[in-house]
Formats: sequence, C-alpha cells, structure tokens
Amino acid sequence: MTSKLQASTDDPAWARVGLIALAVAFVALMLVLPLISVFAQALAKGIPGTLAALSDPDALAAIRLTLITAAIAVPLNTAFGVCAAWAIGKHDFPGKAILVSLIDLPFSVSPVVAGLSYVLVFGLQGWFGAWLGAHNIKIIFATPGIVLATIFVTFPFIAREVIPLMQAQGRDEEEAAISLGAGGLTTFLHVTTPNVRWGLMYGILLCNARAMGEFGAVSVVSGHIRGVTDTMPLHVEILYNEYDMVGAFSVAALLCLLAIATLVLKTALEHFQPQGLDVVAPIPERLRP
Amino acid sequence: MAVSQQAWRVGRSRPRSVIPGFGLTLGITLLALGLVVLIPLASVVARSALLGWGPFIAAAFSSRALHAYALSISAALFAATLNALFGLLTAWVLVRYSFPGRGILNALVDLPFALPTAVAGVSLAGLYGSTGWIGGLLALLGIKAAYNEVGIVIALTFVGLPFVVRTVEPVLRDLSNDVEEAAASLGAGRLQTLARVILPALAPAWLTGFSLAFARALGEYGSVIFIAGNMPYKTEIAPLLITIELEQFDYGSASAIATVMLALALIMLLTINSVQAWASRASA
Repeated sequence: MTSKLQASTDDPAWARVGLIALAVAFVALMLVLPLISVFAQALAKGIPGTLAALSDPDALAAIRLTLITAAIAVPLNTAFGVCAAWAIGKHDFPGKAILVSLIDLPFSVSPVVAGLSYVLVFGLQGWFGAWLGAHNIKIIFATPGIVLATIFVTFPFIAREVIPLMQAQGRDEEEAAISLGAGGLTTFLHVTTPNVRWGLMYGILLCNARAMGEFGAVSVVSGHIRGVTDTMPLHVEILYNEYDMVGAFSVAALLCLLAIATLVLKTALEHFQPQGLDVVAPIPERLRP
Repeated sequence: MAVSQQAWRVGRSRPRSVIPGFGLTLGITLLALGLVVLIPLASVVARSALLGWGPFIAAAFSSRALHAYALSISAALFAATLNALFGLLTAWVLVRYSFPGRGILNALVDLPFALPTAVAGVSLAGLYGSTGWIGGLLALLGIKAAYNEVGIVIALTFVGLPFVVRTVEPVLRDLSNDVEEAAASLGAGRLQTLARVILPALAPAWLTGFSLAFARALGEYGSVIFIAGNMPYKTEIAPLLITIELEQFDYGSASAIATVMLALALIMLLTINSVQAWASRASA
C-alpha cells in the first residue's frame, strides 16, 4: 500500500528527468543564451574594444544620466511607497481598495502611453507648455522629463512590496509603542521599520533595476540628444541603429551586469525573509474591491 | 485568517486609530498619485476628446491602427499562452524536484524583471536574426524568426516569463500532499490525480499569471521594436504606432490610439483584480 501511494505522489524517474530537462532547456534558450550573446558581442573586438566603447564621451554621459535619474526617482518612490504603506497598511478608510488599484495602474499602462502623457502635460503644446516656455523651464526633451517618466513607470514597485507587509504585521506593536508614550516617528523607525526592512530593500532593488533600464517611456520624452538626454538604454538603441555593434553591446553588457547584480542581491534578500517577498505578490483579499 | 478578519472589523468600528500620521501620509500618497499618475493620464483622454467624435474614431480606429491592435493583442495572447505552459512546467520543477542548479534556475527566472527591455530587444534580434546563433539554424530549416510575428512573440515571451512561474509557485508549494495521497489511495492514477486534483487547485493562480503576462505584453515596446521589423499593417505594434504619430507631431492621433490602449489596460487591471480575488478565495 505504502509503495503504491509513494508511486502515486512521486513522479517516475523518466518523467522527473524529462521535465527538469525541458524547464532547464526553456530557461537556457530564452534567458541564458540572450545574456551570453550580449557579452559575446560586446567582447567581439576584445576587452580593449569594449573599454574604448565604454569610455566614449557619449557613453559616459549616458551612464551619468542613468545614475542621476535613478538617484532621484528611487528615493522619491521610496518615500511615496512608505507613506502609502503607512496610510493603507496601518489605517482604515473608505476607498482603500480603489486607491490600491490606482497605485497599481502604471504596471498595466504601456510605457509609451506614460511618455505621451508627460509630453501632453509639459510639452510645448501641453497644458503647462506656454507657462513653462515663458519661464524658460525645459522639462520635455530634458532631464526633468526623463526623471518624471521614470518615476511614473516605477511608481508601484516599493508601495506594492511594503503595503502587504505592513498590513500583515498588524497594528498591535505600533499601538503598544504609542500608548507607552513613543512619538509617531520613533514608533515608525524603531517598531515598524525593523519589521518591513527586507521587503523595503527588495522593493528598492527592483525599483532601481527598472529605473535604470526603462526604455519606452523615457524614449518618448527624451528627444534623443546624444550626450545630453540619452540614458544607457537609449544609447544602446542609437548605437545599434548605427550598426556600431561593439558599442551597443558594450553598454548593453554593462546593463546585463546590473541585472545580474540585482538577481544576486535579490536572492540574498530572500534568504533573510523567504516568505512574503514576491514580485507579483497578490494584494491581500480585504484590500481589493 | 478568521482572527485577522475579526480584528479588522473591530478596528473598523473604532472611531479613530491611535497610530498617528494618517492625514500626512494619505495626503502625500494622494498628491503623488494625482501628480505622477492620474493628471498625466487624464491629459491623454482630454487631448483625444479635443478631437471630437468623428476625428477620434477616424484616428483611433483607422485600418492601420486596427491592424496594430490586432497584432498587439494576438501576439500578447500567444506569448502569454507559451508562458502559461512553460511557466507551469518551470514552477512544477522548482517546487517538486530537487536537482543541482535549482537555486540558479530559480534566480534566473526573474531575469526579465531585472534586465532592461532594450537590452533584451537587441540581444534577441541578434540571436534570432538570419545570421544569429539560433536564427541561422532556423534559416536552414526555412524558418524566419525575426522581423516578423514570430520575433514579436519571442520578445513578448521573454518579458512575460516570470509572471506565471511566480504566481503558480507559492500555490503549488502550499498544496498539501494529503489530497494527492487521498486521490491515489482512492485508486486514481498519477495523470488522473494531476488532471482532477492538482490542476484545478492551481487554475486560479495560473490564470492570474496568464493575465499579468498578457497585460505586460500588451503594452510592451522596448524589447519588441528591435525584432519586430516594424512594417505598417504587418509587424507594427500599437505602442510603436503612438511613437510614430508623435514623431510627426500628430498629438491628436497619438492620444486617440493611446486612449484605446488605456482602455485596454483598465480592462486588464479589472480582470486581474477579479481573477486575483477569485484566486485568494480559492486558496483560503
């Protein structure tokens, strides 16, 4: 009886090996091979060729702009995400479910539509275009537009990670701290933050990866001015379209290294908090409409 | 679950929480949401409304635009279906079997979330082009896998790959062996158990993953344009058509197409919400 049960819940060896082989082959073909091919093409003219491509002034300007964009967008979204999680996770109010859905909206909106919306608000013919022009403020086809578009596409990342965590933690600890005389900020820093820090870091990590890698939304608002409004992904496109393969794939390889570092850090974070960290974690039932 | 549900009800009837900062944090949340997301998106709808009904219909549903929507939707459906099949397989292998390299496989699944889409685009175009490592092999068989619909589906499959794995995985992990053993002890064969017991339990999560992958693929741009060929009426996806209208400074037409895409995104958001609600009811 036992052996029959065993046989019925464990798959036969041939099925096991076959399924593992199929899954590994799929991931190798879809994910590993593209990664390898980027490095192979970046190194097509040897390491000196790659380094020369990366030290090109336009490439350096693109790297700088990408770092600046992430350095502004990620902290702003972190502040927003923590505020949203505090309001939604620790308090009750009507319309909570709708608010959570709206925060999620940038996930399902095409990045190109996001870029277009900023052109319509801040562009020359846009709502504030005349006013901005009169005051000599340039947002579209300039760094502020790129930062704004990046904030839009990465808007839900941190909130989505921290809201379920704060929600799951409940309010007892905070209420205890407050009733014992702790201030709001003290309570947040010493009671709430330790409970959500790994999830928060996880959200920041994913937000940063997307902020540095965003293409569609940034492409619409950038204007593609070489060395001025080119981020790294946009620079990859320009070089690729000019058939400068070593150049394009060298910058792409740098972005691959960023992705690999993100995955390594992500795996490390999951060791600290194996449950509750998930890129597509469902929002708790009672928050939804 | 029951306790927290009850605690929530109690909390709700309480007049005011003792936890401070509600007004401030909710204010910041609403302000940020309004400024960053809602006002800009409203401007898209407002700009297309300026066109008036006739010109809006003409721009949003021109035959070129209709081709683009049809391509975007069908390629996204294709890719999400591939992701559903291979995602289920990958989740199954990750949860049920232990083998060397499982940790690496698990980490790699999230690569599309971490890798910029433009990098995926140039890399896939290189691989599947007629001189690429895979494209060259396929060319020998007479198959063209880049600069056509096949290339678009490949790129969309890449970007949507993690969704099904990551939604099915936790449900599969929580699925207890008891039900399988019960089915087996009642005389069910392995395949019968799989079809009648395991798959129905996974269905809600599976569908959630499928719709997330589909929604992502529908609006995807960066990874597709390098491998698509971008021929009007043939291999031109809807987001690309928006950028083309914009380059010609035809903001009205761009907004009209974007409004249709926004409507599709809202429909997907509602679908995903209700599928997820069903999924968490089913797993509770």
